Amino acid sequence: MSYAPVAPGSQPPLDAPAYGSTHKRHPDQAPIRIAPTLTELAAPRMTESLYPSNANLAKGPGWEAQGERIIVAGRVLDEAGRPLQGAMVEVWQANAAGRYNHERDQHDAPLDPNFKGEGRVFTDAEGWYRYTTIRPGAYPWRNHHNAWRPVHIHYSLFGQGFAQRLITQMYFPGDPLLPLDPIFNCVPDEAARSRLVASFDLDITQPEYALGYRFDIVLRGRQATPMENPA
Amino acid sequence: MSTASQTAGPYWHLIDFPEWADLLRGDGPNAGIAGERITLLGRVTDGDGAPCADAMVELWQADPEGQYDGAFHGFGRCATDANGEFRFTTLKPGPVRAAGNVFQAPHVTLSLFARGLLSQLVTRLYFAGEALNEQDPVLNAVPAARRGTLIARPEGPGTWRLDIRLQGEGETVFLEV
Repeated sequence: MSYAPVAPGSQPPLDAPAYGSTHKRHPDQAPIRIAPTLTELAAPRMTESLYPSNANLAKGPGWEAQGERIIVAGRVLDEAGRPLQGAMVEVWQANAAGRYNHERDQHDAPLDPNFKGEGRVFTDAEGWYRYTTIRPGAYPWRNHHNAWRPVHIHYSLFGQGFAQRLITQMYFPGDPLLPLDPIFNCVPDEAARSRLVASFDLDITQPEYALGYRFDIVLRGRQATPMENPA
Repeated sequence: MSTASQTAGPYWHLIDFPEWADLLRGDGPNAGIAGERITLLGRVTDGDGAPCADAMVELWQADPEGQYDGAFHGFGRCATDANGEFRFTTLKPGPVRAAGNVFQAPHVTLSLFARGLLSQLVTRLYFAGEALNEQDPVLNAVPAARRGTLIARPEGPGTWRLDIRLQGEGETVFLEV
C-alpha cells in the first residue's frame, strides 16, 4: 500500500517569490522522499466524541452574527472518487467586515461579538459535510502595495491516513481579487486553482434562509503497489 | 488530482486548543494509559535564525507498544510561542514494525503549518541513544551528515529537545511521503 504521487502542478511550491512570507521560511534542501511506513499509512482517529462538532458559525453567544448568512456543503473524496467517511473538517475565517477574532489582526474593521469564526464538522458515509456561517469579508495584508486577500474560508482536514492531512482555503466565485492574489496563484495548474473556488448551488441554498455554496475536496488516494517497502 | 494546499496563515489560532498539546491531560483520551511520561520541546526558526512565533506544530505517534491502533490517541497540536518554542507532554512511543523482520526506532512525526508555508513540512523526532536508530529505515535514507537534525537530545529528566530550522545552516531534514 502506498500513496499516489502528487500530480505535477497541482500543489504550490514552498519557495514562492511573490508571497513574501515564504522567503525565509522555505527549506533550501529538497525533501527526502520516503516509502510510507505504518506511521504514514495510519492516522489519528478524529472522532466527534473526542472533538465535538460545531456546524453553525453564524450564531453567537448572544444573537445572530452580522453579515450575509450562507451554507457551505461538499464532499470529501479520495483521488479515486471514493467518499471519505468520518473526515474531520475544521474551518476558520474572518467576519463579514474582514476582521479575524484574533489579537494579532489589527485591521481597522469592526469585531462582531457574535462571531468567533471557527467551526468543526465530520463527513457522513457519502463524504458530505455541511455548515452554516456568514460570508467573510476581504481584508488588506502587507505582502505588497495595496494587497488584499480575496474572500476565503480556511479548511483543515484529517482523512484516513497521515498523508491525507490537508490545510487549504476555499474561495468564492467571481471574486475580482483572485487574479491578484499571490497565495491563490502559487498553485501552478489552472484547473487545480479553479478547484479551490466554491460554486453557487441552488440545491444547497435554503429558501428564506441562506444562499448555498458547494466545495468538494479531494485528498490523496492510496494505491496498491508492489513496492519494495510495504509497511 | 488532490486539492491544492494553501497556507494556514497567521490567524490559524482560531483552531488552536492549547490543551491538545498535553496528550496526557486529565480529561483527555489517554488518561490512565501506562507508559513513560515525556516532554518534547523545540524551537522553530527561519532562515535568519529568527523565531517562528506563529507556527502550528502537530504531533503524531505510536503508543508505548509501538502500535497505532490501540487505545492511545497519538495526536497533539501546539502553537509556537513568542520565542518559537513548542512543547508537548506525551508517552514515549515504542518501536514500530517496519518491512521485513525489523523495527523502526521509536519516533514521533512532527508536521509544521504556518504563514509562509504553502504546504506543511513533515519531519520526525528520534531519541538520542536508541540502539534501533542505527537500523531505522528512515534515518538511513537521510545522509549521515544531516541525520542529527532528526535526533532529539535529553534536556533534563524525561525532557527531549529538537529544534527545527526551516532554512539555511543546520536546516532540518523534511520528509516527502
